[in-house]
Amino acid sequence: MSSVLDKFKKYTKPGYYDKFDYHWTMTIDLDRCTGCEACVVACQAENNLPIVGEQQFAMRREMKWIRIERYWEGEYPNIKLQFIPMLCQHCDQAPCEIACPVFATYHNQDGLNTQVYNRCIGTRTCAVYCPYEVRYFNWFTYHWDEPLEQQLNPDVTVREKGVMEKCTFCIQRIRQAKDAAKDDGRRRVRDGEITPACVQSCPAEAMVFGDRNDPDSQVSKMARNSRGYHVLEELNTKPSIVYLKRVQPDG
Amino acid sequence: MADYIEPTYAEVNKDVLRSMMETGPKYWALLGTSISVAGICFFIPWFYQLEVGIGASGMNRSAVWGTYLSNFIFWIGLSHSGTLLSAVLHITNSSWRKAIYRSAEAMTLFSLVTAALFVMVHPGRVWFVHWTVPIPNQMDLWPNFRSPLMFDVMAITTYLTASSIFIYMGSVPDFAAVRDASTGLRRKLYTIFSFGWRGTAKEWHTLGWAYTFFAVLVIPLAVSVHSIVSWDFAMSLVPGLHHTVFAPYFVTGAIFSGTAGIVTVMFLLRKYMNFERYIREIHLVNLGKLLVLLSLIWTYINIMELFTTWFSGSSYELEALEWRLTGFYAPMYWEMILFCAVVPMLILFKKIRTSWKSMLIISILINIGMLSERFIIVATSQPRKFLPDAFGFYFPSIVEIAITIGSFAVFSTLFLIFVKWVPAVSLYEVKETLKPLLRTS
Repeated sequence: MSSVLDKFKKYTKPGYYDKFDYHWTMTIDLDRCTGCEACVVACQAENNLPIVGEQQFAMRREMKWIRIERYWEGEYPNIKLQFIPMLCQHCDQAPCEIACPVFATYHNQDGLNTQVYNRCIGTRTCAVYCPYEVRYFNWFTYHWDEPLEQQLNPDVTVREKGVMEKCTFCIQRIRQAKDAAKDDGRRRVRDGEITPACVQSCPAEAMVFGDRNDPDSQVSKMARNSRGYHVLEELNTKPSIVYLKRVQPDG
Repeated sequence: MADYIEPTYAEVNKDVLRSMMETGPKYWALLGTSISVAGICFFIPWFYQLEVGIGASGMNRSAVWGTYLSNFIFWIGLSHSGTLLSAVLHITNSSWRKAIYRSAEAMTLFSLVTAALFVMVHPGRVWFVHWTVPIPNQMDLWPNFRSPLMFDVMAITTYLTASSIFIYMGSVPDFAAVRDASTGLRRKLYTIFSFGWRGTAKEWHTLGWAYTFFAVLVIPLAVSVHSIVSWDFAMSLVPGLHHTVFAPYFVTGAIFSGTAGIVTVMFLLRKYMNFERYIREIHLVNLGKLLVLLSLIWTYINIMELFTTWFSGSSYELEALEWRLTGFYAPMYWEMILFCAVVPMLILFKKIRTSWKSMLIISILINIGMLSERFIIVATSQPRKFLPDAFGFYFPSIVEIAITIGSFAVFSTLFLIFVKWVPAVSLYEVKETLKPLLRTS
């Protein structure tokens, strides 16, 4: 009897939805972030992001899977600048996932919000539905000039025009680490084996990446910090990125 | 309607068939202009965009939807009145429907085709657009049935199919009339079109039964189509779009703009195809009354939208509302209010209601207002969502403007071809309204 009940539960709540094999999570300590944009450059190099050129940049068509948002506070002499790195939040209840008519974006076993470039038909609905504005559209087919195409990352696809793309948490590195773990005869990836390009490049070590399902991982410890919060938490998207509030000396 | 002489049965046939058989140079000039405008303004820019990418439009990040989508809603909306109105009036037995329903239904069909063209213009990789259709394939890949866009594809194809069958079925006896009045190739063609219609009592009975069945079927379909189109927007989290009122809002707006469109088309048919005896003042007055009613409902829903936004107290919603009412596109917003809420109230005056020219102007103004409404929905909401750093701005590029203009030419091309192939006024239903006395005269 219980087995039938379990099956019914599994049917109504597919396993991947409430329990992931891994639950890749990132914490970003805003107290450490200096806004140096090293993560932006690292992402650009790792994920074959095109340089769109000055004119297209002015039209707000730049490709930056991670961007540093700047918010100014106060009036001139007492002015303050706040940085917040913004990238795909890999929401557990992602608004973009219900929108895609062809399942080009979906939730995988690792709790990642993945984007299948081959399947994308470019309706751009996901970008409208995304409250974080972290989905980037290929307005043109971009080209890399002569020597530059030599530095393209062979592990990552180059996207064509009309395709939506976004941060993948460097899924190619996750895949490599999982393969290596399997070859070693381990069932799971060890904590710290995977570092996405942005995390790797952060000089202030503001970002930590890891598996939230493992309570002893560094990222789980960071996420339990009392400064932790989600951006736009009230929308109930359940993001996988935990921001740690900046410590303000004057409250 | 004192100075109007009822036509005899033979005159009905003669008048309507003449509009199909006799083609003047004016018609060819109009058709030629329509086709060339459609080619230059719609297809050439579209092919250019296919070549270089969607970047040819003015869309950018955070404003990833533009005029293509707003035009799509506009054309779907314009398609609304025809079949819906025809079906409602058929069920309620309103005899005044009979002279106008054929062209109204044709308007539905061709607006839907134009809207479907925008579905092709909008996506980044249109060559894969068939993936939205649930075709069984070796990869076991299915479309996402949770997606409102998926519902859209389903609803529009269903509506298109139902309206084409509805208009075709209603035309079968008229195709037979064309067949009987023509010779040569045309006769052969219309023999096929009319399915060998002979006009026996059994055939009329079956037609009447099937027609009423379809009329009942089409009404909920028409309401569902625009509700579903509205869900494309309302099911997002975007402030300014995430309203429960959106489905009735879109349906009302659709019927409103569609009815205005019928008035425009009626004027043109009456003027240029000499249908004065069939399309009469009673049609104008009845449609005018309907326009007033729809305008009032539309205004009410607009007020409710403002009210619920204000009442929510959500800072995102209030910010979006403020930008809509006072930002860059505010003049367009107030123009929409003027054209769709204030101007239609002029119809309350009898002098305006019974004048063809003033009604033509009002109907065109209403549709300009509705076109702006759709543009405002798209252009003032999603460029400014939640994070102020990502606030964008959208202004259509020359390609988009050209395609918008070209879509009207596509529509008029299809309509011009239609009036030469299908009797634009239903012969047999007009005859039903004539006084039986005239049968002998």
